[in-house]
Amino acid sequence: MGRTLAEKVWDDHVVRRAEGEPDLLYIDLHLLHEVTSPQAFDGLRANGRPVRRLDLTIATEDHNTPTLDIDKPIADPVSRAQLETLRKNCAEFGVRLHPLGDVEQGVVHVVGPQLGLTQPGTTVVCGDSHTSTHGAFGALAFGIGTSQVEHVLATQTLPMARPKTMAITVTGELAEGVTAKDLILAIIAKIGTGGGQGYVLEYRGEAIEKLSMEARMTICNMSIEAGARAGMIAPDRTTFDYLRGRDHAPVGEDWDAAVAYWETLRTDDDAVFDAEVVIDGSALTPFVTWGTNPGQGAPLSASVPDPASYEDPSERLAAEKALEYMGLTAGQPLRDIKVDTVFVGSCTNGRIEDLRAVAEVIKGRKVADGVRMLVVPGSVRVALQAVEEGLDKVFKEAGAEWRHAGCSMCLGMNPDQLAPGERSASTSNRNFEGRQGKGGRTHLVSPPVAAATAVLGHLASPADLTDATATATAGAR
Amino acid sequence: MEAFTTHTGRAVPLRRSNVDTDQIIPAHWLKKITRDGFEDGLFEAWRKDPEFVTNRPERQGATVLVAGPDFGTGSSREHAVWALQNFGFKAVISSRFADIFRGNSLKNGLLTVVLPQETVDRLWELTEADPTAEITVDLVARQVRAAGIEAEFELDDNARWRLLEGLDDISLTLQNEADIARYESARPSFKPRTIAL
Repeated sequence: MGRTLAEKVWDDHVVRRAEGEPDLLYIDLHLLHEVTSPQAFDGLRANGRPVRRLDLTIATEDHNTPTLDIDKPIADPVSRAQLETLRKNCAEFGVRLHPLGDVEQGVVHVVGPQLGLTQPGTTVVCGDSHTSTHGAFGALAFGIGTSQVEHVLATQTLPMARPKTMAITVTGELAEGVTAKDLILAIIAKIGTGGGQGYVLEYRGEAIEKLSMEARMTICNMSIEAGARAGMIAPDRTTFDYLRGRDHAPVGEDWDAAVAYWETLRTDDDAVFDAEVVIDGSALTPFVTWGTNPGQGAPLSASVPDPASYEDPSERLAAEKALEYMGLTAGQPLRDIKVDTVFVGSCTNGRIEDLRAVAEVIKGRKVADGVRMLVVPGSVRVALQAVEEGLDKVFKEAGAEWRHAGCSMCLGMNPDQLAPGERSASTSNRNFEGRQGKGGRTHLVSPPVAAATAVLGHLASPADLTDATATATAGAR
Repeated sequence: MEAFTTHTGRAVPLRRSNVDTDQIIPAHWLKKITRDGFEDGLFEAWRKDPEFVTNRPERQGATVLVAGPDFGTGSSREHAVWALQNFGFKAVISSRFADIFRGNSLKNGLLTVVLPQETVDRLWELTEADPTAEITVDLVARQVRAAGIEAEFELDDNARWRLLEGLDDISLTLQNEADIARYESARPSFKPRTIAL
């Protein structure tokens, strides 16, 4: 019988298989950052263990880094100590590190792909749940905890139970103005935050094949929000074209050998998935969340749902609590929801195509009065590219703040946070209670929706912006 | 790792679904570089409410958390497990756990027990009606017991054995050093490397 993409990559990494035990899986690439690694390095030290494969390990600083005044010492002593700990650990063990201020620094899931380290058919892990991002290349990539970080540092392997596989087939083509973010939010709303538990998702179908690499990364990134550790997309011409010429992409004979292997990484026609979901991509419209988990979403054209409409009692209770926390009432049109802050960035939507999409909408317009807009590039390389294209000027002229690279307000570990009761439209991945700051309220949106929302001050799509709005808003300033 | 065989204690019934790791331990706590001292961060936002279940006098010293479905969703932060343990929890019962959280818990000796929602409902009713009611989580017999309730749970033999013995996963894996070395010697040359050695 044929095998799925996930099964092929899995099988190619089994170091040891024994009855009654999890498979021992080899890890091709281990990404580290400051937050989930200090206790792992402590464990190595306590047991006198070295890092087994320094050549398969790389670190950067992202979660806890400031996005302002990066040339000055970090104000918060606890944050500073954590970054210094990473630097000390990397120096002591010999791990390659791209610290704050380095040209390759950035959100770990933006850095890996842009360096060409993320490649088809590899296994990629990181102490961060959004490691699923790298599955866009046909890699098997998943987030791990700190104990597992230590395990991989020491052994370059992980004992893992073989996951089940789920096909998510997206038919048709996404309509103009509908992005990968809208698609993945719609998928999560359909299968639920627990729908992917125990599965590796494979996104396939016409709509997926037509996506750029960056859009595919947006999709795979949020697999974890559906409960799946990993999401994958079969590598194709788009993948190879993205990789060719990057720093760590293979060259010469290695390139040819790699492509020959990569081309085998497709689910066989006779392979059987453990579960299958089909979504009509052509029917989708811009999608946003109204609640406090990423599955609580709806088309922007819809209204806040009535909790009473849920049959499942725990879903009903969750919806009631979400509306209370979010300060929303059932039946309120989503377009009427006013925001205080717009955040553009994160490993979900902090790449150059995302910034271009925002700039295209906001160019010549102004951020609405009383709205703060933060644009945080996913990496220094993304920032440099944006500057080269003049996007930073577009953002600044519109009244947005152009910041340095990092995770920033996606998780609010650094000073970029919402104040209690503040509401954001955010291109990030989690709308959990307090995620972007204590008492903050988050609506997950696509980059174009974020831009239109910034201009109008309420949840909106670019289609809501008329030329008249542009002139009027611009004139008002 | 701390071994787990059987534990009996009073319960904290937490009638919430999708308790994500940001609720279990908010991000600002993640700046710490130790595995301890997270107890005050556990459910930090909810605990501001004096009526929140863990603040109730009758719940002090309770060691078994009984939560709604999809417990531990979201980030991979192992700090969530440490926070629960630092606070005093020995076991968490839910009808569904997020994968990464579950893996992290079992690596630290915090037993996460999956039971059908009907059984979770009965445990809620029992422990809400009688806060002194005790729950026994027995890994040897793979059973949860409380007054009038006896429920079997599943945990694969390998994970169970590691927990019962409190084994160190890394030491176990390093016993397979020869297999790892053999695998490494056959890896294709086109695989990426972060540095030239």
